[in-house]
Amino acid sequence: MYQNDIGKQSAKVKNVVERGAVKKFAEAIGDLNPIYWDEETGKRSRYGRNIAPPTFPRVFDYGVIEGLKLPAKGLIHGEQRFHYKRPLFVGEELYCYAEVKDYYEKQSSMGQLGFLVIANNGEDADGNLLFTSTSTIIINEAVRKAMSV
Amino acid sequence: MTTIREWQVGQSLPEVTLPPVSRLDLIKYAGASGDYNPIHTIDDEAKKAGLPGIIAHGMWTMGNLAKLFTPYYEEGFVQDYFVRFQSMVFLNDVVTLKATVKEKDDKAIRFMVAAVNQHGKEVIKGEAVFSLYE
Repeated sequence: MYQNDIGKQSAKVKNVVERGAVKKFAEAIGDLNPIYWDEETGKRSRYGRNIAPPTFPRVFDYGVIEGLKLPAKGLIHGEQRFHYKRPLFVGEELYCYAEVKDYYEKQSSMGQLGFLVIANNGEDADGNLLFTSTSTIIINEAVRKAMSV
Repeated sequence: MTTIREWQVGQSLPEVTLPPVSRLDLIKYAGASGDYNPIHTIDDEAKKAGLPGIIAHGMWTMGNLAKLFTPYYEEGFVQDYFVRFQSMVFLNDVVTLKATVKEKDDKAIRFMVAAVNQHGKEVIKGEAVFSLYE
């Protein structure tokens, strides 16, 4: 049902790796290592500044993929992948966008399942890719049927 | 403190066992991540969705698991991090975080990672590649 959406992208959105957001996020995952929030520790580190935890890209705005309609309920987060060129720096600006990478269906004991693969990308101001966060979302048969009505 | 390079294939990083999952943990993660799906915070909504009760965000568990690598950022960084969400995490579950060296060379160490609940069931499992600086 999403085959025609493969390749669609959102327009890039400027995001900032905001200091307060990084600290709040680090606290929420129980990882208050000073590398994330203490300015002195950041300065003394090899990065010369604070960095963000690897799952932090969850908080960015990736814009809207025009025409991609997802059900409001019944989605299952099946898999998640992050790939980094380097850690993200607190205070840096990123240009983020989302892309439909793939869609396929598989027969399972729970019926015909749909697998939607969305890549969330972040680039620096020069267009260099810094990270990709790829989610595989599982859409079960009941939700798919309700949507195609 | 030990360096991450010292770990050999088959060895595991020190495990971390989290306190029992609380509602406040999930409310905090909802706020920090912007993921306000009510199945993670509101009992009635979780039940309407066919769940026995609220469940942790998969990304909360994945975020927690990454902290096994945080002490080693002077030596390298998490270049690749992949997990499959295997099973749900419920309120009061006690989750233990694990990472075992699978492969290593001069440039990177590949870990098998997992979060396991109090029944010994893997709730997430996957791999992390820790890239080493020269």
